[in-house]
Amino acid sequence: MSLTSAHSVVAPSPTSKRVAGTIIVLYALISIVPLLWIFATSFKTPPDSIAYPPKILFQPSLEGYCNLFSTRTRQTPEYINSLGPATGVCDETVRKRNMVIAGPSNFMPRFVNSLIIAFGSTFCAVFLGTLSAYGFSRFKVPLADDLLFFILSTRMMPPIAVAIPIYLMYRELGLSDTALGMILLYTAVNVSLAVWLLKGFIDEIPREYEEAAMIDGYTRLQAFWRTVLPQATTGIAATAIFCLIFAWNEYAFAALLTSGTAQTAPPFIPTIIGEGGQDWPAVAAGTTIFLVPILVFTILLRKQLLRGITFGAVRK
Amino acid sequence: MAEIRVEHLRKAFGDFVAVQDSNFVVGDGEFFVMLGPSGCGKTTTLRMIAGLELPTGGKILLGGEDVTMRRARERDIAFVFQLFALYPHMNVRKNIGFPLLAQGMPGIEIRQRVEETAKLLRIDHLLNKSVSGLAGGDRQRVALGRAIVRRPKCFLMDEPLGTLDTEFRDLMVHELRELHNRIRATTVYVTHDQMEAMSMADKIAVMNHGVIEQFGTPREIYDRPATMFVADFIGSPPMNFLGFGGGLSKGAREIVVQGAKVAVPEVREDIAPAEMALGIRPEHVRFDDASKLRGAIYGTEYLGTTQIVAVETSGGIIKARVPAEIRLNAGDHVGLALSSARLSLFEKGSGRAVRTAIHDGASQGTAHHG
Repeated sequence: MSLTSAHSVVAPSPTSKRVAGTIIVLYALISIVPLLWIFATSFKTPPDSIAYPPKILFQPSLEGYCNLFSTRTRQTPEYINSLGPATGVCDETVRKRNMVIAGPSNFMPRFVNSLIIAFGSTFCAVFLGTLSAYGFSRFKVPLADDLLFFILSTRMMPPIAVAIPIYLMYRELGLSDTALGMILLYTAVNVSLAVWLLKGFIDEIPREYEEAAMIDGYTRLQAFWRTVLPQATTGIAATAIFCLIFAWNEYAFAALLTSGTAQTAPPFIPTIIGEGGQDWPAVAAGTTIFLVPILVFTILLRKQLLRGITFGAVRK
Repeated sequence: MAEIRVEHLRKAFGDFVAVQDSNFVVGDGEFFVMLGPSGCGKTTTLRMIAGLELPTGGKILLGGEDVTMRRARERDIAFVFQLFALYPHMNVRKNIGFPLLAQGMPGIEIRQRVEETAKLLRIDHLLNKSVSGLAGGDRQRVALGRAIVRRPKCFLMDEPLGTLDTEFRDLMVHELRELHNRIRATTVYVTHDQMEAMSMADKIAVMNHGVIEQFGTPREIYDRPATMFVADFIGSPPMNFLGFGGGLSKGAREIVVQGAKVAVPEVREDIAPAEMALGIRPEHVRFDDASKLRGAIYGTEYLGTTQIVAVETSGGIIKARVPAEIRLNAGDHVGLALSSARLSLFEKGSGRAVRTAIHDGASQGTAHHG
């Protein structure tokens, strides 16, 4: 290559950078449009939400959120007029539709169920996954390859294929519609992913670290805790996000196994539609709020996640 | 500080025998180097002394106490790894203090000890830095600091200079030896680099295929190699070998190599007729036109003060280390004179050195030939 050439072998050329940039922006736009649509719908009034052609510009309203968090009853205008002045934004919005707020909806308890079950099962899966991955990585486990294959094989069919046996088992064991049952189920599904992902990360940590600690007077568990774990945080964070996203979004088992006290948000949100016409803004509001925890968790761990999903690609 | 005694130590991984019947004693305060090519079992031996591997057989005694089956943390030793194993999530101070934390030492005392140690190693200005930004030599010093801060019974080091570049390496060789002279800690040091071994060790064990070929001082190992492997492994360029046939009898002072009579140190044992080899260090070869041992110059390597001259003889190439001033041309025919008092004789089959006058007053020091 001549010295005057502008092209470097390693650095991408300006053209390819521009093309790559355009593709990324386009892809990001395509991905985010449905989310923006849901976000916009959550601030529309019910008539605006089903208007055709769809309204891009509209008067924002909190009606969707009011409907999401409350149950309402229809009343005569005379009765509504006989009431005192409206006590809040929601009260006011609802009265315009000849309704009064009767009480809170089930959304908050369902959302809390989702939080408990998703974070609980993520914690269990990552905890068990880290320990077993460490075991597989550092010790001579008899039949290690077969065991690892067996662990992975639990993910080789769609989980719903085992729905009926699990449904029957849960009914027998009294685990149906309990948070504990759901945590156990999601942990069982996620632990295989966690073991495999984390084994990769822990394999990359030289065993000299814990050997050094063990020579310096620590037990193996202490050495693991003080030297391996801090260096595995990237992998643990990435694994936790994958597990959390699965548990948070899971619909089929949740719909099948939970109906009351332990119901999670995914099977609950569609039920909003049925309450007094097609209340799309309330559904959109529920979906928007539902997205928040994953968004926050991912933003908090984005550095680890980025390093995590490219792990193994770059060696030190 | 303590003496390390290794008795009939053996380690097998399945069918593969990594260490066979090793025996050696490292005296209190000695700097002992295990030297050998990669895969010779030196690191496995070290890891068994540390308690990171359990032996298949044999005994390890630290300060007279049998620790063969003890856990690493119960042995009171320190280990310096090739990759240093500095914890990237801790700064220099925390890295050095880590072993003291395990003992439950109070914070103030840890601080004091860490600072003392850092001063000794001249890294006290780095204490609050992150270990990931350190240069190779400083990382090495931190790793050493973590080892000496606890004042353990002995130090074990596994090729600790292996990853440093040459310049740092020479510096650290001197620093390590100087440090050893100051604190006089029993040290077992593993390396494949003969220069490191020769310049630092009080005693060296040369290992090959899981067997200790020779155990002795650097001088013994260089001047009186116990086996052809040792003779070939130590020295740069290594010892030359010239094959000859026939037996030797006690008292013989001369052998015939390629039709030339060569005086050798007086033979001290009878050897039945077999393939033999005469071992000659390159610096024990001179040019002498009167000699009957002749060859043609094949090539020269100019090294400044000396030059290495390869001479092709009928028995193979002989390398000679001669003064740089001598002018030589490829193809010249020369006669070779050998420094008779410094020659070694080997049995080719077993590789064992024949006992001669050069061994007078010294134990031969081989391990596996009894």
